[in-house]
Amino acid sequence: MPTRLLAGLGALLIVALPVLPGVPPFWLTLLTYAGLSAIVVTGLVVLTGVAGITSFGQAMFVGLSAYATALLTTQGGLSPWLSLPVALLLSAGAAWIVGAITLRLSGHYLPLGTIAWNISFFYVLGNTDALGRYDGLTGLPPITILGHPILGGGEALLLTWGFLGVCLWLTHRLLRSRTGRAIRALKGGVVAAESFGVDTARVKIVAFVYAALLAALSGWLYAHIQRAINPTPFGINAGIEYLLMAVIGGAGAIGGGVFGAVLVTVLKDQLQNVLPLVFGAQGNFEAIVFGILLVLMLQRAPDGLWPLIVRRSVAAPPARGPAAQPLASRPAASPGTMLLEAASLRKTFGGLVAVNDIGFTVAAGEVVALIGPNGAGKSTTFNLVTGVARLSAGAVRLAGRDVTGLPARRIARLGCARTFQHVKLVAGMSVIENVALGAHLRGSAGPVRGALGLDAAEEAALFAEADRQLARVGLSACRDLPAGGLALGQQRIVEIARALCLGPQLLLLDEPAAGLRHQEKQALGDLLRRLRQEGLGILLVEHDMDFVMGLADRLVVMNFGAKLCEGAPATVRRDPAVIEAYLGSAA
Amino acid sequence: MDATILLLLLQDGVVNGAIYALIALSLVLVFTVTRVILIPQGEFVAYGALTLASLEAGTLPGTVPLLLGLGGLAFLADCAEARHSLDGRTLLRLGLRDLVLPALVAAAAWILAPMKPGLLIEILVTLAIVTPMGGFLYAVAFRPLAHASVLVLLIASVGVHLALTGLGLVFFGAEGSRTPPLSEASFPAGPLLVSGQSLWMIGLTLAIIVALWLFFSRTLLGKALIATAVNRLGARLMGIAPSLAGRLSVSVAAFIGALSGVLIAPLTTVYYDTGFLIGLKGFVAAIIAGLASYPAAAAAAILVGIIESIASFEASAFKEVIVFMAIIPVLLWRSLRSAPIEDEE
Amino acid sequence: MTQPMLEAETLSVAYGRVEAVRGVSLTVAPGRLVTVLGANGAGKTTLLNALMGVLPARGRILFEGRDLTRLPIEARVAQGLSLIPERRELFATMSVEDNLKLGAFRFRHTARGKDGGGDLGEMYRLFPRLAERRRQQAGTLSGGERQMLAMARALMGRPRLLMLDEPSLGLAPLIVAEVMRMVARLRDEGVAILLVEQNARAALQIADHGYVLDGGSVVLQGDSRTLQGDARVVETYLGSLSVDEALPGRTASGR
Repeated sequence: MPTRLLAGLGALLIVALPVLPGVPPFWLTLLTYAGLSAIVVTGLVVLTGVAGITSFGQAMFVGLSAYATALLTTQGGLSPWLSLPVALLLSAGAAWIVGAITLRLSGHYLPLGTIAWNISFFYVLGNTDALGRYDGLTGLPPITILGHPILGGGEALLLTWGFLGVCLWLTHRLLRSRTGRAIRALKGGVVAAESFGVDTARVKIVAFVYAALLAALSGWLYAHIQRAINPTPFGINAGIEYLLMAVIGGAGAIGGGVFGAVLVTVLKDQLQNVLPLVFGAQGNFEAIVFGILLVLMLQRAPDGLWPLIVRRSVAAPPARGPAAQPLASRPAASPGTMLLEAASLRKTFGGLVAVNDIGFTVAAGEVVALIGPNGAGKSTTFNLVTGVARLSAGAVRLAGRDVTGLPARRIARLGCARTFQHVKLVAGMSVIENVALGAHLRGSAGPVRGALGLDAAEEAALFAEADRQLARVGLSACRDLPAGGLALGQQRIVEIARALCLGPQLLLLDEPAAGLRHQEKQALGDLLRRLRQEGLGILLVEHDMDFVMGLADRLVVMNFGAKLCEGAPATVRRDPAVIEAYLGSAA
Repeated sequence: MDATILLLLLQDGVVNGAIYALIALSLVLVFTVTRVILIPQGEFVAYGALTLASLEAGTLPGTVPLLLGLGGLAFLADCAEARHSLDGRTLLRLGLRDLVLPALVAAAAWILAPMKPGLLIEILVTLAIVTPMGGFLYAVAFRPLAHASVLVLLIASVGVHLALTGLGLVFFGAEGSRTPPLSEASFPAGPLLVSGQSLWMIGLTLAIIVALWLFFSRTLLGKALIATAVNRLGARLMGIAPSLAGRLSVSVAAFIGALSGVLIAPLTTVYYDTGFLIGLKGFVAAIIAGLASYPAAAAAAILVGIIESIASFEASAFKEVIVFMAIIPVLLWRSLRSAPIEDEE
Repeated sequence: MTQPMLEAETLSVAYGRVEAVRGVSLTVAPGRLVTVLGANGAGKTTLLNALMGVLPARGRILFEGRDLTRLPIEARVAQGLSLIPERRELFATMSVEDNLKLGAFRFRHTARGKDGGGDLGEMYRLFPRLAERRRQQAGTLSGGERQMLAMARALMGRPRLLMLDEPSLGLAPLIVAEVMRMVARLRDEGVAILLVEQNARAALQIADHGYVLDGGSVVLQGDSRTLQGDARVVETYLGSLSVDEALPGRTASGR
């Protein structure tokens, strides 16, 4: 079933429920809770399903906001509408601090940290007099709309699901925006995203703060619908349940989060009725079922149940269209301008010298190839130039500017774009969006503009540019396909289109011909010749001699980490040392 | 706080820290070998304490049916895993390990429990019941996810924790239990009175550490575990199956967990869900050690024990908060000196 | 013709939708040295990984008549297969001696597994450098020593078919010659060998039979003597444009 139809039917059902006769109020309440959870889980979808980060502690952000609004409205006498921004800011601030501490570390520190902090939060709530200890706070005012108080039942359901609808729309917009593409790019590898100027640490924090904001909204709604709060729904078990909802529904899609939230809320209610009868005692036995369900889902259906219901497809990227104002482009360097100067590069791993005193230059309008047998140190050299690996000694200058030691994303700003030996595209994202990621630095819209849809003009310009580059490499036909579905050769070409989208003066290609068939190689060669003619400087690392010989202006041959020789193809080809390096000595 | 109180708190901290050290060591072991962050480690602690308490009371512990059930599930999981090379011999081996062994343990517990055979026998029975659960859980829950990311394994691990906690409630009920100390003796040491129990705790902790060290440095099986942790593919190419290493390491963790439970049961009332908090303090220590170094984890655990004991004196209601906040400066420090951006494999 | 020891039938390996090996069939007879040649990205490493079970493959793999296609790596090791991968995959933080002992892990239940039996001493005789470094961490060894250790560790498992992935990678010419001599000697002792090499000359010189891969398929196979003279082998490595120039170059480098 198409997602849009499902969303429509769902909305219709929610609107109809309160006015349909004979719907028990209990179900309205249950669905209200499901909606409250769905708001939190939508944030987790962005965090876990899209950005690949996990938090067990979303209940803490829900609670932070609920307690903040409770204090502000009961003791500060504020209207709930005025306490909402404070509650949101508080949770966002807390998330920013937690994120800044943990998100630079490897993936499991954040979830572990959130477990510890959510437990601490629970104890703080339960032991602080001002927060009413384990009894909590009561007497919260209801939310009023045009003077009409929302006091549970159908009204609370509509309010909650109305907010959920807004959240879903914002999330949908956000994920399609420039920031959203950067978040989604995290799945294609941090190195690739950084190479196109994405500050991945910041993008992760944005995703984390966004998830906390949704959690805070849910907490605010909960506090004023329930009108009394205590620590229990903000403990670690609640945090785990939110994650369970995301996993069961399917964290890869916005719909999956909502579906999981409804399913788990209803299931929990049913289990709480049935299980105590089975075991003949009171207690939260549903944990057993939830725990087993969680493990089984991860083993059997790691993408959740949603993809089994909805046709699995990539969200359609923006349609083709002209941009009102094309992107500003970097002026091409005049032929012969020195673009890249690498001097005495050296890299050691422990005691092993991987790259030893390598130097070369690339000027505008020339193709330089770095060649050599396997293990010669070509890829390491490439990583040294692009800022992915740290130099042990030596210097790199880009267009006359010293960039030694600069990280990859700063080097990208200077007009240097690259491709990867092992293709690093986001497999589930459409080809055109992958290409548009290359133009990341040529746009400026942040998450707020993106979520609110105020970035339309810039987006049109970015996609027009992406379309232009995709046409340039001859892959327009694949525009809307998921990148992971293309053949390897095509994926390599998509990477080149993405690199061109940066508007580079210097193009660095890491084994662009590897795995390509004969005709594809010819097409690639033609493309690179055209680019050279347009004034680009191109450095390529290549193993395929046939390809390189007919293309490069100059060759730099490496072996055992050192430069073997340098010169025009015809000279290098006849060098006995090169032939020996490639064919091997007759031992 | 005067010097005597401080000494007292330090003593308390070291004794508790010894338990956290045991837990932290097993967490580091399981993580390095299997990449699983073993959240349910705390449940092994609770199961150990509650099983011993049941035996003390002369009743058959609830963990016995759980052991039999897990063994049955593990047998099915093992058969599914070996389906491409399932022959009579394999089937017999799996049956012995997953069905006969738990049945023998269950029979022993069933015969011995009403006899109240004394603390030592009861402890041995407790360890025999809880230890195999580790391997079974690995086979049922984690092995099918062997190729998943650390994050997915962590979520699954939380799932196992939820299920085991719930099952603990089913089998042991909501009441807590306490067991008699291993030794009633106490020895004066300056202003302090050192209990025999705390000497047992520290002594056994040291013994376990020495035993682990011997296991890793002297036996081929121990080296195979390290090899799997250092280079999984390399180990597989030597014929060391990750599932063997995984089973073994989680079993070792279960053994250490159960033993920790036996050791703390006389000090504090253990409930079905007490293990989680105890386990998390082991985690705090393991995280401080970067989930990698055994000596660092043990040292951090002692530190956690001391922080906890001082915190419970100064601000008892917030002691958990203070302990968990201890990881912030560590994470901050690790974050500031973390390597430049790299793709995680 | 003798019964083949290893038989791969129409083997295909895909990474997602990308096929890196397409319908490759190859055989290794007992006690023979077979080499697989090809340019970078031709699928050589993928092929070895599929034979060892590191990567799942379609098709069929028979070892001494037993179907291995769906068995995990460890089960193939138990059958007597062994792979020395391109990255060696040593236990970097463990001592040389521990690395070697773990090589005999599959014999742990027998007397030989105890301390590697007599094999450990045999390895130290074969590779005296390793004896000198027995207490040193494997990660601190030089490239050549690592390759020695990888070979010795594999031999500790007494493989009946040894697969080597680019043993000459990153080694100086002198050491390459030594490694190749060692490989030839193993063959002479009765171990069947499947050798993936980029050093085509060295490989063909010791091999009995060779396959040339391109684009994931076998484009050429035959007696190693025949392949040595085949222009297409040279083309694979130096590119078609350069064949004419490369041949005189070959003469220049000592033919």
